[in-house]
Amino acid sequence: MAQYETVIGLEVHIELKTRSKVFCDSTTEFGGDPNTHVCPVCLGLPGTLPVVNKTVVEYAIRAALAINCSIAEFSKFDRKNYYYPDMPKNYQISQYDLPIALGGYLDIELDGDTRRVGITRLHMEEDTGKLVHQGTITTTPFSLVDYNRAGVPLIEIVSEPDMRSPEEARRYLEKLKAIIQYTGVSDCKMEEGSLRCDANISLRPVSSTELGTKTEIKNLNSFRALQRALSYEIERQTKVLGEGGRIVQETRTWDEGKGITLPLRSKEFAHDYRYFPDPDLVPMIIDREWVEDIRSSLPELPDDRRQRYIGEYGLPEYDATILTDTKELADYFEDCVNAYPNPKVVSNWVMGDLTRLLNSGAVDITECSIGPEQLALLLQLMDKGTISGKIAKAVFEEMFATGKDPEVIVRDKGLVQISDEGAIVAIVDEILAGNPKSVEDFRAGKEKALGFLVGQVMKATKGKANPDLVNRLLKEKLQ
Amino acid sequence: MQLFRLTAHELHDLLVKKEISAEELNLAVFDRVEAVDDKVKAYVTLTKERALEQARSVDRQIHSGEKISPLAGIPVAVKDNICTDGILTTACSKMLANFVPPYSATVVKRLDGAGATMVGKANLDEFAMGSSTENSAFFVTHNPWDTERVPGGSSGGSAAAVAAGEAICSLGSDTGGSIRLPASFCGVVGLKPTYGAVSRYGLIAFASSLDQIGPFSKDVTDCAMMLKVISGHDPLDSTSAKYSVPDYTGFLRNDVRGLKIGVPQEYIAEGINPAVREVIEKALARLEALGAHVEYTTLPHTEYALSTYYLIAPAEASSNLARYDGVRYGFRAQNTDDVIDMFMKTRSEAFGPEVKRRIMLGTYALSAGYYDAYYLKALRVRTLIKQDFDRAFEKYDLLISPVCPTTAFRIGEKTDDPLEMYLSDVCTISINLAGIPGMSIPCGFAQGMPVGLQLMGRHFDEATLLRAAYTFEQNTDYHKAVPEL
Repeated sequence: MAQYETVIGLEVHIELKTRSKVFCDSTTEFGGDPNTHVCPVCLGLPGTLPVVNKTVVEYAIRAALAINCSIAEFSKFDRKNYYYPDMPKNYQISQYDLPIALGGYLDIELDGDTRRVGITRLHMEEDTGKLVHQGTITTTPFSLVDYNRAGVPLIEIVSEPDMRSPEEARRYLEKLKAIIQYTGVSDCKMEEGSLRCDANISLRPVSSTELGTKTEIKNLNSFRALQRALSYEIERQTKVLGEGGRIVQETRTWDEGKGITLPLRSKEFAHDYRYFPDPDLVPMIIDREWVEDIRSSLPELPDDRRQRYIGEYGLPEYDATILTDTKELADYFEDCVNAYPNPKVVSNWVMGDLTRLLNSGAVDITECSIGPEQLALLLQLMDKGTISGKIAKAVFEEMFATGKDPEVIVRDKGLVQISDEGAIVAIVDEILAGNPKSVEDFRAGKEKALGFLVGQVMKATKGKANPDLVNRLLKEKLQ
Repeated sequence: MQLFRLTAHELHDLLVKKEISAEELNLAVFDRVEAVDDKVKAYVTLTKERALEQARSVDRQIHSGEKISPLAGIPVAVKDNICTDGILTTACSKMLANFVPPYSATVVKRLDGAGATMVGKANLDEFAMGSSTENSAFFVTHNPWDTERVPGGSSGGSAAAVAAGEAICSLGSDTGGSIRLPASFCGVVGLKPTYGAVSRYGLIAFASSLDQIGPFSKDVTDCAMMLKVISGHDPLDSTSAKYSVPDYTGFLRNDVRGLKIGVPQEYIAEGINPAVREVIEKALARLEALGAHVEYTTLPHTEYALSTYYLIAPAEASSNLARYDGVRYGFRAQNTDDVIDMFMKTRSEAFGPEVKRRIMLGTYALSAGYYDAYYLKALRVRTLIKQDFDRAFEKYDLLISPVCPTTAFRIGEKTDDPLEMYLSDVCTISINLAGIPGMSIPCGFAQGMPVGLQLMGRHFDEATLLRAAYTFEQNTDYHKAVPEL
C-alpha cells in the first residue's frame, strides 16, 4: 500500500469580546432571551446602515500582531452574498481580497520539537444568528431564529496547510487559543462557540509536493472532536485512495455521536458568494502609529512567558510549557509565586494537586475556590512546621471544597502538628509496648518494620505528629 | 390667497408676522390634497394627524414669542422609501406594503427638528427603480401639467406633490436621476446633493454608492433652506462626509458675472427633442447675457455611462434587496414547502418585474467568472467618468445640460421597452457615478410641458449651483408657472 502524507490547514473563527457588536451598539453579551440583544441595524431592517466599531479593528490588529502578521495599510469590508435565514441581510459583511492582516506564523511544541505553522491571513467579519429547531432539524415543523449573535464581531484566522497530523492540528489550535486569550481580545470558549474551527485535510503520496484533493470538515466543537475527526478522515481517505478511488472535494460534517464524518455538500453545490466591496462602509487606512501603539501594548505572550519561567524561575521546560498554556493558569501560578517565592514548589502544587482537583470537578482555574494567595499561605504553614505535608494535602482538599483560609481549617479541625517531644515520646513508648513483634523484627534487621511503627504513631495522633520527630524518637528507642 | 401656491420662505414670513397659523397652512394643503390628489395620485399614505399636531406645536412656539426656524410649520412630503417611525414605509413594493419601521431616517429627524410638518408619504417606482413612477406596486402618479403623462421617476410622487401644491417642499432620492428627472418633468426645483452630503440612514437602499436624498421645492431659495436642514455628517452613516454645512441661503446672489460654464456637447447630441434643445439654448443664452462665460466642452466617456450604471446599480441592488426574504418583516408567501421555497415564492410574488430584472442583472454581473468582465470593468469606467468631470472642473465653475432629452412622456409609452425607459436617464446618471451635485431648475416649456435645466458642480460646491440657479430664476418667470388641475 502507498504511503501517504497528511496535509492539514485550519480556519478558525474567534468572537471578539468587545462590549458592542461590530456594526451597531447592541450588546455582545452571550446568552440572553432570544432576540433581546438586537437593534434595527443588526436585524438588517430596511434603510439601516453599518458603522464599524473601532475597537473591533483594534482587537483584530492586536490578535494579528500576536501571531506575527503584517497589518495592511489599506483594508476594506466586502459583502459575502448567500441566503440563510439566520443572516438578517442575506449577506455577511466580511473581508475578501484586502484583509486587515496577512502572513504570520506561530510555533508549536510537539514531542520536544518545535514546528512553525504559517498563518495565511486574518480578517474581520460579523457573526450570524442561530436557528433554533423544535425537535430535530429533519422533523421540526418550523424553525425559530435568534439574532442575538448576529453582528457579534469575529476574526477568522486561516492557516497555511502546514500541519501533518491530527496531533499537530490540535496543538496548533491549543496554541492559537492560548495566544489569543493572552491578548485579551477573546475568551476563546469552544463550548460557548466563541472559538470555532473548520479543518481542511488532504492526503498525498509521501515525497509528493502537490496537494491532494481536500475535504473541509465542519462542526468541530472541541479539541477532541478536531483530533478525532481528522484521524477518522485520514483513515477514510486512505481507504478510498488505497482502493484506487478518488477523493471528492466536498464539505463534510463531524458526527460526534457516531464518530464519523458525513458529506454535507459537494463542490458543485458550493455557494458563489459574489463578493464585492461593501458600499456602505468606507475603506480603512490603517495608521502606522496606531499599529505600533497596539504592538507596544501587547502583553507578554506564551512563548516569552515560557522562556522566562525557564530562565528566571529555573523551571523545567515541561513545567513551563504546561503552566503557560493558558493565561489564567500562568497568572495564577505567578500570583502564587509572588506570595511564596519558591517556583518549583508552587509548580508542583499547581500542576499536581490543584490540576487534579480542577479536572475531577471540571472547574475552571478562574472559578477555583482557592486563590493563589491562599495556596501560598498553605505552603507557608508547612514551612513553619505548623502542619505536615500530609496534613497539608488534606487541608488543601478542604480549602478546595469550602474556600476557607488554611489557618481557619487547621485551627477549627485541630490539625496543628504535634512537635512537643514529651507528648510524642509517651505515644512512642505506648506503640513500642503494644507491638513487640515489630520491635523484634526491626532489631533482626527488617528495616520495613520501622515504617509500620511510624505509621502506628501517626495513626494514634491522627496524622498530627511531626513525622521527622517520630522517626528520630523511634530510632533512638530501638537502638 | 391660495397658501398652497406659496413658497416656504414666503409662508415663513406670513407665519412670523402671525398673518397665518401653521395649522391653517397645513389644513390648506390637506384641502388641496383632497381636491386634486385623485387626479395626481402623489401620495400613498397621508399623515394628517401627525402634521396638524406638529403645526399646532409650531403655533404655540410662535404664540409664545419663540423664534421659529425657516421650515417650521411648512408642509413637506416624504418619498416613501425614506423611513418614518411608526408610519408605513413601503418603497411602493408589495414586499413592504405592511412595513412600519421603528425608527426614522436621519433626514426625517432633521426635518422634525426644524419644525417641518409631514403631509404624507409620496409615491415612487418600486424601490426607486424606474423613471416614470409607473413601477409603483400601488398606482401610477400623474403629471400635474398633463395627467395623461408621467411625472418622471423614481421620485414622481414627491415632484408631483410640489408641482400640484399638495406640499410646499418634499424629499426625494436620486440614484441615477430620480430627483432631477421628475423635477424637470413637473417644472419644479430638484437637487441631488454631493454624495455624502446628506445622511442615507433610513433611506431604503437601492444602490448604496449612488443613492442620495435631496429636496424638491418651488424655487431655489426653498431648495437652499431644505438643503441646509438635511445636510451634514451623521455618525450612523459611514459614507456621510464630515464637513461644516454652510448657510446655503447666503450664496443666493443675483450675479453670474464671470462664472465659467461648460456645456458638455455629448449631452446635447442627436436624439434630443429639438424643442427641448431650443429651450436649453435659450437658457444658456440668457446666462451668457447675464455675464457668464458659456462654451461647449466634452465629457468623452459619457457614452459608457449608461452601461456602467446598469452594471453597478443593479449589482449593489441585488445584494441590498437580498434581505427581503419573508423571514423577519414584510410580505411572506403562503403554502411553501421549506425555507428555500419560502424565499423563492416570497420574492417571486412580491417583487415587480423591473425589480426582478435588476436583481437578475446585478446577480449576473457579480457572478464568478463574470465579475471581472462586468462589475470590475464598470468600476474602472466609473473612475474614467469621474476623471472627465475633474478635468472639466479645472476649467469651468459648473456644467450645464438638459436634464432629459425629452419632456414628460405619455403614461404607458415606454413600459414595454426597458431600454427606451433607461435612456431617460442618459443625462443624469454620470452625475451619480461621479458623486457630484446636480440640480434641475425650470427653464421653459416645450409643447406645453416643462423643461429642466441641469446644473452640475464640483464636489460639495452646491453653493455655485445655487447661485447660478438663483440668478437664472431671478431673471426668468418659469418657476412661477403653475399647472391647472
